[in-house]
Amino acid sequence: MEAYLSLLLRAVFVENLALAFFLGMCTFLAISKKIETAIGLGIAVMIVQGITVPVNNVIFQYLLKDGALAWAGLPEVDLSFLGLISYIGVIAAIVQILEMTLDRFFPALYNALGVFLPLITVNCAILGGSLFMVERDYNLTESAVYGLGSGLGWALAITALAGIREKLKYSDVPDGLQGLGITFITVGLMSMGFMAFSGIQL
Amino acid sequence: MSDSAKDVLLNPLLNNNPIALQILGICSALAVTTKLSTSLIMCLALTVVIAFSNFFISMIRHHIPANIRIIVQMTIIASLVIVVDQFLKAYAYELSKQLSVFVGLIITNCIVLGRAEAFAMKNGPVLSFVDGIGNGLGYSLILIVVGTVRELFGSGTLLGYTVMPLVTEGGWYDPMGLMLLPPSAFFIIGLFIWALRSWKKEQVEKPEYQIHQVHRTEVV
Repeated sequence: MEAYLSLLLRAVFVENLALAFFLGMCTFLAISKKIETAIGLGIAVMIVQGITVPVNNVIFQYLLKDGALAWAGLPEVDLSFLGLISYIGVIAAIVQILEMTLDRFFPALYNALGVFLPLITVNCAILGGSLFMVERDYNLTESAVYGLGSGLGWALAITALAGIREKLKYSDVPDGLQGLGITFITVGLMSMGFMAFSGIQL
Repeated sequence: MSDSAKDVLLNPLLNNNPIALQILGICSALAVTTKLSTSLIMCLALTVVIAFSNFFISMIRHHIPANIRIIVQMTIIASLVIVVDQFLKAYAYELSKQLSVFVGLIITNCIVLGRAEAFAMKNGPVLSFVDGIGNGLGYSLILIVVGTVRELFGSGTLLGYTVMPLVTEGGWYDPMGLMLLPPSAFFIIGLFIWALRSWKKEQVEKPEYQIHQVHRTEVV
């Protein structure tokens, strides 16, 4: 149990997908102007991440891994090179389903997210989570915990950035740095803040 | 080369840089820029993928049904990335280990899908190929600048060769540890954008909130 708790905390703070691995940067920078939309997107990413990582884990363990097809009588088949294309297919399908569900039950959130909901498909944080899961060889429970944790960490980072940017627009920024430039510097400072967590041994 | 092809090739470098202006494709890029060699491989891989994905998508653009186009595009891109990934594993195993998951993440690089959607779906194959190379170069420009700065100041070397001998090895240069850590990449890109926009003024963004200057004549 403690192992899972430490995995969760590590995924949220120490190995924060956005601030330590630069994943999901495009949406991270583009959708962080308002806190409400940032929270909505953060929740969407958390849900997608929490579903896709375990699903991809199942696919990896039982279909793609070296010798994983032994249950079908094909112990010598290694399909791991098909990994990338299967993971992205799963992600695209789940995002599509989520989009239809939101459109039906939460139209306000659906309109707020707009074009960025389909773009979750190409959000590196989602695919990155699945690839890290494969690289670190998590089992099913671990991958569920890791998926939720890394999604939560990403949501936390984008909400915090949106909070900073809402205040930042009242400040007097040099012309060339206006907008994107100052946002990069802010994210750099946040990333330094989050690095303080890396000293924690769990 | 005709004028339009030249524009398509050169515009993404400074006038319409995919990273500095369109905020696309920063995601996987920054984690590999601690060293120049990995940055170069990453640039090469991305340019190949984006050029060929643009080319193939443009070739079949009249046959893709509009509502499933994203899936079709993703499939083409993912297949190309798998080819690049396997190629790197076969011929540059050490480097591919250092790049770890980031070659796979080219699939989700917004530049690739963004160009497929915005350019390849509307233009012919050859022009799309050139557009892909141009955007690949625009991305490479930033990656190479960041990679050079980080490797030079972080460990005093370039491509593994010592440029500034370190204090620990009897030289004079005291390395900046910060350059090897994630935040430095954000600072370098932020400053790069600042420099680019001071030069090309039309890229400056309007402030959302203007501080109202009260003139003396207005005070009642």
